[in-house]
Amino acid sequence: MAQLFRPSVNTIARLVILGGLGLVFGGVGLAYLFAGSPYQTGATLIREQPVAFSHQHHVAGLGIDCRYCHSSVETSAAAGMPPTYTCMSCHSQVWNQAPMLAPVRQSLEENKPLEWNKLHQLPDYAYFHHGIHIQKGVGCVECHGRVDQMPLMWKAEPQTMSWCLDCHRHPEGRLRKPEDVFKMDSPRLPVEEGLELLKTHNIPVDRLTNCSVCHR
Amino acid sequence: MSNRTRSDFGSQDLSELRRKLAGSSGPQYWRSLEELAGTEEFERYLHREFPEQAAEWHDPVGRRQFLQLMGASLALAGVSGCVVRPEDKIVPYVKAPEHVVPGKPLYYASAAVQEGYGSGILVESHLGRPTKVEGNPSHPASLGATDLFTQASILNLYDPDRSQSVTLNGHLTSWDALLNALIDLRTVQLAKKGAGVRFLTGTVTSPTVARLMDQVLGPKFFPQARWHQYEPVGHANRRAGIRLATGTDAEAVHHIDKADVVVSLDADFLSWGPSKLRDARNLAIRREPGPENKNPIRLYVVEPTPSITGATADHRWPLSSEEIQAVAATLARAVGVSDLPSAATELKAPWLATLVADLQKSKGKSLVLAGETQPPAIHALVHAINQALGNVGQTLTYHEPVAALAPEGQSGSISELADDIRAGRVEALFILGNNPVYDAPSELGFAATGAESSSLLLKVPTVVHLGLFNDETAQVSTWHIPEAHFLESWGDVRAFDGSATIIQPLIAPLYGGRTASEVLSTLIDGTPLPSRSLVEDTWRGNRSDSDFTAFWTKSLHDGVIADSAAKPKSVSLKPLADISWPKAGTGKYELLFRPDPTIWDGSHSNNGWLQELPKPMTRVVWDNPALISKKTADQEGLKDGDILKLTLNGRILKVPVWVNPGHAEDAITLTLGFGRSEDAGYRGRVGAGVGFDTYSLRTQNGFWSTRGVLVEKTGENYPLYSTQGHNTMVGRDLIRTGTHADYAHDPTIGPTPYGVVMHHEAAGDHGAANGHGHAEETGITPHGADPAKGLIGFEYPEPYRRRNDGELGNRWGMSINLNACIGCAACVVACQAENNIPVVGKDQVGRGREMHWLRIDRYYATESRDAEPSANPATHFQPIPCMHCETAPCEMVCPVEATSHSAEGLNEMTYNRCVGTRYCSNNCPYKVRRFNFFQYSDQLTESLKLQRNPDVSVRTRGVMEKCTYCVQRLTKARIEAQIKSPDGNDAVPGDAVATACQQACPTRAIVFGNMNDRSSAVAKAKEDPRNYSLLAELNTRPRTTYLAKLTNPNTAIEA
Repeated sequence: MAQLFRPSVNTIARLVILGGLGLVFGGVGLAYLFAGSPYQTGATLIREQPVAFSHQHHVAGLGIDCRYCHSSVETSAAAGMPPTYTCMSCHSQVWNQAPMLAPVRQSLEENKPLEWNKLHQLPDYAYFHHGIHIQKGVGCVECHGRVDQMPLMWKAEPQTMSWCLDCHRHPEGRLRKPEDVFKMDSPRLPVEEGLELLKTHNIPVDRLTNCSVCHR
Repeated sequence: MSNRTRSDFGSQDLSELRRKLAGSSGPQYWRSLEELAGTEEFERYLHREFPEQAAEWHDPVGRRQFLQLMGASLALAGVSGCVVRPEDKIVPYVKAPEHVVPGKPLYYASAAVQEGYGSGILVESHLGRPTKVEGNPSHPASLGATDLFTQASILNLYDPDRSQSVTLNGHLTSWDALLNALIDLRTVQLAKKGAGVRFLTGTVTSPTVARLMDQVLGPKFFPQARWHQYEPVGHANRRAGIRLATGTDAEAVHHIDKADVVVSLDADFLSWGPSKLRDARNLAIRREPGPENKNPIRLYVVEPTPSITGATADHRWPLSSEEIQAVAATLARAVGVSDLPSAATELKAPWLATLVADLQKSKGKSLVLAGETQPPAIHALVHAINQALGNVGQTLTYHEPVAALAPEGQSGSISELADDIRAGRVEALFILGNNPVYDAPSELGFAATGAESSSLLLKVPTVVHLGLFNDETAQVSTWHIPEAHFLESWGDVRAFDGSATIIQPLIAPLYGGRTASEVLSTLIDGTPLPSRSLVEDTWRGNRSDSDFTAFWTKSLHDGVIADSAAKPKSVSLKPLADISWPKAGTGKYELLFRPDPTIWDGSHSNNGWLQELPKPMTRVVWDNPALISKKTADQEGLKDGDILKLTLNGRILKVPVWVNPGHAEDAITLTLGFGRSEDAGYRGRVGAGVGFDTYSLRTQNGFWSTRGVLVEKTGENYPLYSTQGHNTMVGRDLIRTGTHADYAHDPTIGPTPYGVVMHHEAAGDHGAANGHGHAEETGITPHGADPAKGLIGFEYPEPYRRRNDGELGNRWGMSINLNACIGCAACVVACQAENNIPVVGKDQVGRGREMHWLRIDRYYATESRDAEPSANPATHFQPIPCMHCETAPCEMVCPVEATSHSAEGLNEMTYNRCVGTRYCSNNCPYKVRRFNFFQYSDQLTESLKLQRNPDVSVRTRGVMEKCTYCVQRLTKARIEAQIKSPDGNDAVPGDAVATACQQACPTRAIVFGNMNDRSSAVAKAKEDPRNYSLLAELNTRPRTTYLAKLTNPNTAIEA
């Protein structure tokens, strides 16, 4: 009886087994990459907004402080979004006929709020507090990127749990001087000075990874 | 799967109980009759972690089906991992309101209304939606605490079954159509001076409603109209008693804080009455040992139905209503009230003489109270007793009446209203908030049962009904108007002492509801004025505009109007000889009607939180069985769940029975508020079909008690579910009690088994590195054992032995004072409201799946020499939250580290990590973990979403949960401390943060705080010699510890 399998079949079998394993691990790897990709995290993607608001113009161009619009960022969990009145405090005087700002004027006339599309969205089981991060020297730019260079807003960082934990485990290299927190172009403190800041600011690094710090 | 009921645990054999008790000495603690008897069924039930688990498939599953399901769920698991996050919107304000900061809740002062009386509240509001009700510390009736109904009122506000539109004969119509009809009606009746107009309300203390009623009934409008007042559970007897005793209307206020001896004649003053929260606080203060309380209070209670007041008493005797009346007569004669009616009989009992001696010893410092369930004659007698004891002006004061009264000749009772309707004298009836078709005495015919073929209300040409629900009365009314909830309307209300509070809305009416004052103002002005301006008009007086603005702002802010308390009134007691003494009925069994401890008179029947809240004494949920004593049950051959047929005056009620230890012999208690059905016109989806309609047997003459009921066993059975057997720790010295005399001798109360000795060293003296530190922190050091290893020599592996950081930062701890706990369960509802805890329903509770993070264990204690252990056992309550063990057994067994320890000592539960193995619950010796077997949280009903606390995750199916010490509040406090502190220190001042249960507690039994702050209440409580841990021998080092309970029995009374 002739042989059923030729010697070359051994090689094919090996390839099939290896290929199969490769597919499985590759698939898992791809899924992992996909989960961290901007498509999933929304990082670097620009979403359409009711008004094409330029942070670049308002922050870098005009030098308006973050807190002029995001007024509760130092004390509250939420940074706060400006009410239509805040926009109109300037735009009733300047660019008050600009077609681009029609939705803002309409909002004021109809007493109907503007609806912005949310870019930085944490899961419902994660609780973030802006105030405490500002207090401890985490600059706006750490999480939101160079907002002063964004003509249209996008999410600069993936804001996944592992990204949060990177800093909660080793905050020392990512801190700024308290007076630099709102400055977009301010440098991070060197690690040694960061370690010093952890002490003076009473930042308990060993506790930052306690689950209830973010989940409750 | 069979429904396991308590009756499945086998017969509660009396001889077995006795045999069990015979061999033991000292008090023995037990939670249910089955446990006491130690039946085999109970043991089996006990040894399963979740009594009814993994039994959802009723059909046997074949291999093929199993594989199909397995494949499908695997596929779905993959899908669920790749969900693209929903794209949300950010919607800022157009013009930001003052003070509103997203992420920071605001608190507004207002008042909750019960039976017409107010209690001050502070309501938490998140961006315009109220989520939680707390007590107002500056209000005299609240003192910062709330009861369970006030806690649950937030759920009533968002109830999707609330009435949502005006109806005309059951059809939808508009408010404008109603206005036109009202204006026509007004014109017609103005001509007749209102001769055909009748008003039916509950008790009214609101100055605005009182003012408008006065105006409507005044000469300009309807001088011939009448105002009828009715409350199914109210204060009618109490008020009638004062009138009988003094010949005038007055409000009697008692001062428990000034009393050394209190005798309650069926007065359940800890759960019933406008000053219950204050009374509970004062009682707790006077029970606490200490240098400023040399003479602790002693409470005697006689009552037929076990209540939490009876459970709190130092001496309690179960007596029938007639016997209680005889006790009143005996007391009266003994203290020197001479002119008793001749019909008054006396009770001869040795303990009564001792009680009288105790009262006479504390003249001017004693207090005798009569319950609302007692007839006015007994109330009058009690006023005379208090005067004879010199208590008037000391522990009992009289004030101007707080509740509004109809003008002379225009008041009436509900039976007079029924008579008027029958005689055709009523053309227009305004029912403002009442529901007489459901809760009026049954012989009056408001409900279409018995002799009446249709409701009496159908005889009235125009019935205008204002109510929160489209209820039984709404169905037979001409017009129905949705009522505004007190959290969405302007109003005012007075407290027990007359202090007024302005009720302010937290949210615009969800369903366009109206208030009683708006309806009345339509009759006065011909057009409805807004409630706010009506309230303002009441309080404006002769103040100038600027004065009034200042007054208004201050009153709203404080939550109580300055100097508004009722003025003292001097009264003189009238002779008693002529008062009509209650006649004793005939018949073996006394039938008693009592408000349900959680549903009350039925006004909360659509509230899932309250339906699922175990009744304090029976721990029964979702039902109102008839309560009987063990002896009565044995005589009639009944056990729990057996259906009894009760016949009274030709009316029949079939109701299951529940054996309630400590119940009076030959008496049956029915609780009100249940048995509502769609057939009768009830539209609540939660309350419909739950329990039995006991109002159907209630008559005017037998309002609270009656005799002549025929009792018949039907042989049928009904599943009743009680949580008392769930989550038991199998009686390992969990409750410790002693007497004040014991305490004076040796303050370390109670037995100290397993060689545990109390340790008096101050908490927190020991450094972080000291391995012995922990044992002392919890106040207990195992005697003769290595403290690090515990009593059974077991040492937890290193990762589970968390050290404290020392003096820096926060070290959270809780202390629960069993001496103060009265078992009222306000804490349980507060926890449910704060932590988004779902309701699971009767069937799921029957399977042991209730979700309450905080449970209250109710223990009975029997001295072994007692002949019948269930005749009159002492009762103790023990709230059990998570213990937050420093070496937590649950943390060791979680395969995914979903439960872990925080540096501040919290045993954390991370829902998003949990995969639902339930190992943690299996390993928890305290049985405090709860598992979401199904999607219990309602995530679909829009209005319920508004109630949720935004700072707490809403849990989904398959996730374990448990008490977190309100970690959301701790985090908030810590962040605020860090932001405020110049160096960013996160240490929170010891008493700066309160858990939800602690904040609600009327007696301040729960103390919580940062133990690192040595001046904090919790640090001090842990140093108290009465401090002890549950199951200390397991070396779990719980952060929640207990203070032993102290009673103050009269040694002259042989128990």
